[in-house]
Amino acid sequence: MGDSSLHVLKGIDLNIEAGELVAIMGSSGSGKSTLLNILGMLDLADEGEYRLDKVLIKGLTETTAAKYRNQFLGFVFQSFNLINYKNALENVALPLYYQGLGRKIRQEKALEYLDKVGLKEWATHLPSELSGGQKQRVAIARALASQPKVLLADEPTGALDSKTSNEVMGLIQQINNEGKTILVVTHELDIAHMCKRIVTLKDGVILEDQKVEQVIVDTYVQ
Amino acid sequence: MPLEMNSLKVIFDFDTWQEIFGSIAKNKTRTIITVIGVLWGIFIYITLSGAAKGLDNGFEREFEDMAMNSMFVWPQRTSVPYAGFKVGRNPRFTLSHVEDLKKQIPEIQFIAPRNARGVFGGSEPASVVHKEILRSYNIYGDFPEYTKIATKKIYKGGRFINEQDQLHKRKVCVIGERTQEELFEKDEDPLGKYIRINNVFFQVIGVHKYVEGGGFESDGDIFIPFNTFRRLYNSGEQVDWFTISAYNDADVVAVEKNVKDVLKKILKVAPEDERAFGSFNIGEVFNRISGFANGMTFLSLVVGLATILAGVIGIGNILLISVKERTKELGVRRALGATPGEVRVQILLESVFLTMIAGVVGIILGAGVLAIINLFTQDLSNFPYTNPTVPIPLIIGALTTMVVLGTLIGLIPAQRAVSIKPIDALREE
Repeated sequence: MGDSSLHVLKGIDLNIEAGELVAIMGSSGSGKSTLLNILGMLDLADEGEYRLDKVLIKGLTETTAAKYRNQFLGFVFQSFNLINYKNALENVALPLYYQGLGRKIRQEKALEYLDKVGLKEWATHLPSELSGGQKQRVAIARALASQPKVLLADEPTGALDSKTSNEVMGLIQQINNEGKTILVVTHELDIAHMCKRIVTLKDGVILEDQKVEQVIVDTYVQ
Repeated sequence: MPLEMNSLKVIFDFDTWQEIFGSIAKNKTRTIITVIGVLWGIFIYITLSGAAKGLDNGFEREFEDMAMNSMFVWPQRTSVPYAGFKVGRNPRFTLSHVEDLKKQIPEIQFIAPRNARGVFGGSEPASVVHKEILRSYNIYGDFPEYTKIATKKIYKGGRFINEQDQLHKRKVCVIGERTQEELFEKDEDPLGKYIRINNVFFQVIGVHKYVEGGGFESDGDIFIPFNTFRRLYNSGEQVDWFTISAYNDADVVAVEKNVKDVLKKILKVAPEDERAFGSFNIGEVFNRISGFANGMTFLSLVVGLATILAGVIGIGNILLISVKERTKELGVRRALGATPGEVRVQILLESVFLTMIAGVVGIILGAGVLAIINLFTQDLSNFPYTNPTVPIPLIIGALTTMVVLGTLIGLIPAQRAVSIKPIDALREE
């Protein structure tokens, strides 16, 4: 942790258009998480350029990075990372709190996005009262609430069984169809094939970058 | 570590507090244990300093009716042969000494020569008769000046001895509450009535209220003008003792010594004779007692502050652990857009909030204990303990200290929280 200066990525040249649904694949140690962290402004690349919607992301202070993350990016994590003492609604409203929105607007918006992921009735439930799939859907609602440009999902189905995985991927496809740019980091081939493009990394370089025929998940029902 | 300029705004934001309540309420046991440390400190501080104040008030009550810078001086027996006189002589104070003392000691404000019967060894109390009732009471011959040194509370309608009484050697008297009760009917107004003191009729001009506490005076005492006393007892120029008060800025101990020196010279007592005169210096005793009370207050301040400090360090410690525990949560918050400043303010406010809660509860508990102690000591007239209070400025001071300490100690966990990178926090185990 911390000061290790191991070179994980060794030259990545990648262009992602608005509205794409990209899977980033690779075995562990291939650099896919590092790539996602750099895209998520959680980590810095020591060389090269990263432009997000024509804005050069470079030399940010912690405060600016926080603001950019809040405005431009939505995160979905493998282990959901919901705040366990806040209910579903409060979790979804959290990024809006950091945007400085008023309480009422926050609640309205949060409820709207909870409704979008089919969990309006679960708004007042704590994460401990939700199933894994439901937690991930709350997390997706939270990532969407701040209306980010890009959704970054790090192994979003990694902790879910295949049926629930399909539900979550169905939701991701639906959101993508509405025009949101989404990056999904995964090491599962079937999950990757539910995206429209697969970028495969190996040892810090792009091994393969191909558009694929998207496997549409139709099991997603509210 | 500069706090962001918008920190102030954040403090008054309802949402900030909701976040803080949320994270504090999350772990109630931990919060309670954390709070107890500081609570205990402020409780000790409030209880101790309140008790010290109670003692202080109690001592003050003991001397309530006497000027704080006053003293009594009375003659005893010489213990050193001097100027041809043998040991064991009884020097006598007389009225002429008043002028000598005033002239030679400018620090003296008032001198009240006093005579008494029944008070000190051997002398007979006055026998007093009203109607069929005969009783004995201590009797004092007093100058009006006496009330300038010691307050005598006189019941409504009455008065103390004045210059005219003194000048005309009037046969008037001020009686005590008990004297009134014992000699007069319940609904009989004693003012203007006559009582017989040692077979001489005296008119009652006042009834004095008995004030509990120090001295040898009681609720049955009878006061008559000094000159009348002289006549009644044929005591001539003799004075039993002097009650003397010094000006406020005078050093009472030095005045006492000067008084004795002057009297020694006049009465031809050896300068080194320590036993020829007795004295009781209220100023000195009071200084000593208030020094003791100040010491108590200081001690409670030190003990209280040290305990509070220990408690606050405890809060810092717990918050540090809490920050470690919440690494993931804080990381998530950062990923969702919390700035380092917002995270820092949140942890700081948690610290300050916990400290404040502990402080307020501690103050309330301490005040409660003081109230209970007060309840139980209220009727103990011989126990110098009255109205234990802690002055508001001290409480505000204690709270301010706690907020400052809470902030300072909160800086450590806050800085730790800020140093958590979202990426460290979110790394899967």
